[in-house]
Amino acid sequence: MNNRLINWFKYASPQSFYPLAGKMIPWFTALAVIFGIAGLWIGMAVAPTDFQQGEGYRIIFIHVPASWMSMFIYLVMAFWAALGLAYNTRLSGMMASALAPTGALMAFLSLWTGALWGKPMWGTWWVWDARLTSELILLFLYIGFIALQASIDDPRRADKAGAILALVGVVNIPIIYFSVKWWNTLHQGSSVSLTKSPSMAMLMLWGMLLMALSFWMYSIAVSLIRARSIMLERERNTEWVKDVLAGEGK
Amino acid sequence: MMGMVAAITARDLKLAMRRQADIVSVLFFFIIVASLFPLGIGPEQDLLRKLAPGVLWVGALLATMLSLPKLFADDFRDGTLEQLVLAPQPLGLTVLGKVLAHWLVSGLPLALLAPVLGLQFDLSSDALLVLTVSLLIGTPALSGIGAIGAALTLGLRGGGVLVSLLVLPLYIPVLIFGAGAVDATVAGLGAEAHLSILGALAIGGVFFAPWATAAALRIALE
Amino acid sequence: MLEASHLECQRGDRRLFAGVDFRLDAGEMLFLQGKNGSGKTTLLRMICGLSHPVSGEIRWKGESIHALGETFREELCYLGHLNAIKEELTPLENLSASAKLAGEALNEDEALDALEVVGLLGREDLACKYLSQGQKRRVALSRLVQEKRALWVLDEPFVALDVAAVSWLAGLIGAHLQRGGLAVLTTHQTVDIPAGAIRELKLS
Repeated sequence: MNNRLINWFKYASPQSFYPLAGKMIPWFTALAVIFGIAGLWIGMAVAPTDFQQGEGYRIIFIHVPASWMSMFIYLVMAFWAALGLAYNTRLSGMMASALAPTGALMAFLSLWTGALWGKPMWGTWWVWDARLTSELILLFLYIGFIALQASIDDPRRADKAGAILALVGVVNIPIIYFSVKWWNTLHQGSSVSLTKSPSMAMLMLWGMLLMALSFWMYSIAVSLIRARSIMLERERNTEWVKDVLAGEGK
Repeated sequence: MMGMVAAITARDLKLAMRRQADIVSVLFFFIIVASLFPLGIGPEQDLLRKLAPGVLWVGALLATMLSLPKLFADDFRDGTLEQLVLAPQPLGLTVLGKVLAHWLVSGLPLALLAPVLGLQFDLSSDALLVLTVSLLIGTPALSGIGAIGAALTLGLRGGGVLVSLLVLPLYIPVLIFGAGAVDATVAGLGAEAHLSILGALAIGGVFFAPWATAAALRIALE
Repeated sequence: MLEASHLECQRGDRRLFAGVDFRLDAGEMLFLQGKNGSGKTTLLRMICGLSHPVSGEIRWKGESIHALGETFREELCYLGHLNAIKEELTPLENLSASAKLAGEALNEDEALDALEVVGLLGREDLACKYLSQGQKRRVALSRLVQEKRALWVLDEPFVALDVAAVSWLAGLIGAHLQRGGLAVLTTHQTVDIPAGAIRELKLS
C-alpha cells in the first residue's frame, strides 16, 4: 500500500513528470487529429441535413463537445487544486494553471458557436437561455482564475490562491446553475433551449462522441504542453531543467 | 470563543466610527448609481417600476464591492493581520467577526437606505418592504462571499478591479433571488420562496465562506 | 523546548538559507544575526508559523508547531517590525484591543500601568496618529509588560527607541528569561540582556 503511494508521488515531481508528459503529447495529438477527422467527416458529410434546421445545425458538432469540455475542465482544475492544497505538491498547481486557458477557450467556443447557431435559428445572436447564461458565468470564473494568477508574482502563492478560488468556484457552480435556471423559468419568453433539438439520430450521436473524444485529446495534449513550459519557467534554476535545456540544445 | 468574535467586531466598528467618511461615501455611491438610471432610461414610471428591483440590487452589489478592498487592507498594512492570524483562536471566527462588522457598516445601511431610493422608482409600499427585507437577508452573504475575494487579492496590484472580477460572478445567485423577491412582489406574487432561498444563501455565505477566507489570508501573509 | 531542524527557505528563485538548526530551552534567548535580506524576518515568521519552510520542521515541546496550532499560538507572543497598532485608536484602546484579540484579560488599571512603564502616561487618550515613531513603538512594546507567554519572538524590538528605553526593554526581556521564558530576536544594535543564556545564530 505504502509502496504504491510512493510510486504515485514519484510522478508528482515536475522532474519525473516532464519527460513522461513529453512522451505522451504526440500520442494525444495524434488521437485528437484522428478522432477530429472522423467526427467532422460524420458531422459534415455523412449526417443527413436536418429537415427543420437545415445545414446550420451542424455547428452542434463543435458546440456540444466544447460545452462539455468547458465544464469538465473546471472540475479537473478543482481536483488538481484540492490535491495541491492537501499534499502541497508543486505539480498540481502547474496543472491547474495549464488547464485554465483551455477551459476558458472551450467556454468561449461554446458561447461563440451558440451565437452562430442562434442567429439563423432564433433570429438573434444571444438569448438569455439558462445554459448559455451559465456558460457565460463559467467563462467569467475562468477569467477570474487566470486574472488572479496573473497578478500574483510568487508562483507558490499564485497556485494556492488559485486553488482556493477554483474550489470556491466549483462549490458555487451548481448553485449558480440552479439559480440561473430558476430565474430563466420565471422570466418566460426565451424558453428555446439549444439542446432541445429533435431526438438525435444514432449517427449524429456518433459524430458528437467522436468530436468530444477529439476535444478531450486536444485538451490533454495542449495542457500537457503548457504544463511543460510552466515547469521549465518556474524551475529554470534547478539542475534538471539545465540538463533538459542542454539536452535539447544539442 | 464568541467573546472574541464580538471583540473583533467591536474593534472594527469603533475604527469605522472614527472614519465615517468611508461609510458615507459607499452610501452616496449607492444613491448616485440608483439616481443615474432614471436619467439614462427616461422618467416613465411603468418602466422604472419594472427596472427598480434589478437596478437597486445591482447598485447595492456594486456599493458592497466598493467597500471590500478595505476589509483586510488596513490590518494587512499595519501588521494587525499577523496578530489576528496568530491569536489563539480559529482564524475563521476572527474573519466571521470582521464580516459581521463589515455588514453592519455597509450592508445594513444600504438596506435601510434602499426604500428611500425605491421611492424614486415609484415602488409600492409592499415592494419597498420586500426590497428592504431582501437586502437585509442578502447583504450578509455579499459581505461573506466578498471577504474571500478581498483576502485572495490582498496586497496585489490592481486589487480593487480584481476583486470585482473574482467576486461578481459569485454574487449572481444572491442577485437573482434578491431582485427576484422584489420582482415577484411587484408582479403580485408571493416573495416567500425567494426570500427563503436567499436566507439559505446568506447562511452559507456567512458560515462557510469565512473558512475559505481564512485559508486565503494565511496564503496572503506567507 | 523550541527546536528547528534543517530549515530551508526560498524567496522566488533565490535560496535565502538552508540547513538551519537550533535548539532553545527554558530561560534561553536566541539572537539572530545576518545582513539585510539574509532572511532574519522570514525565519522569525517561520518560528511563528506564518511562513512555511520549503523543507525542515520547527517543533515546540517535541511536536510540530503546525500540528499544535492554537496550543502553540497560546504560548507565543510575536512583535513584528510593523507596530500592529491602529492610528485612529488611542494607546489605551490599542493595548486593550490587542489583549482582547489575543485572548487575554487586561483590565484598565493594568493597561494604564503598562503604559506608565513605557512612559506614555498622559498620552493614553491621544489618537496614535499624533504620536512620534518612537512613541508608537512604545505602544506596541507595552504589550510585553504584562505578557506571560512562554515564547517571545521579537523582530528588531530596539528600533526607534532612545537609550533609556533600550535598557528598559533589555531588562524586561531579561526578567522574562529569568522566569523561564524563551526569546528569539533580531537586532542591529548591541544590547546587553542582563540575564539568561544567549545563543547566537548567524544567517549568511
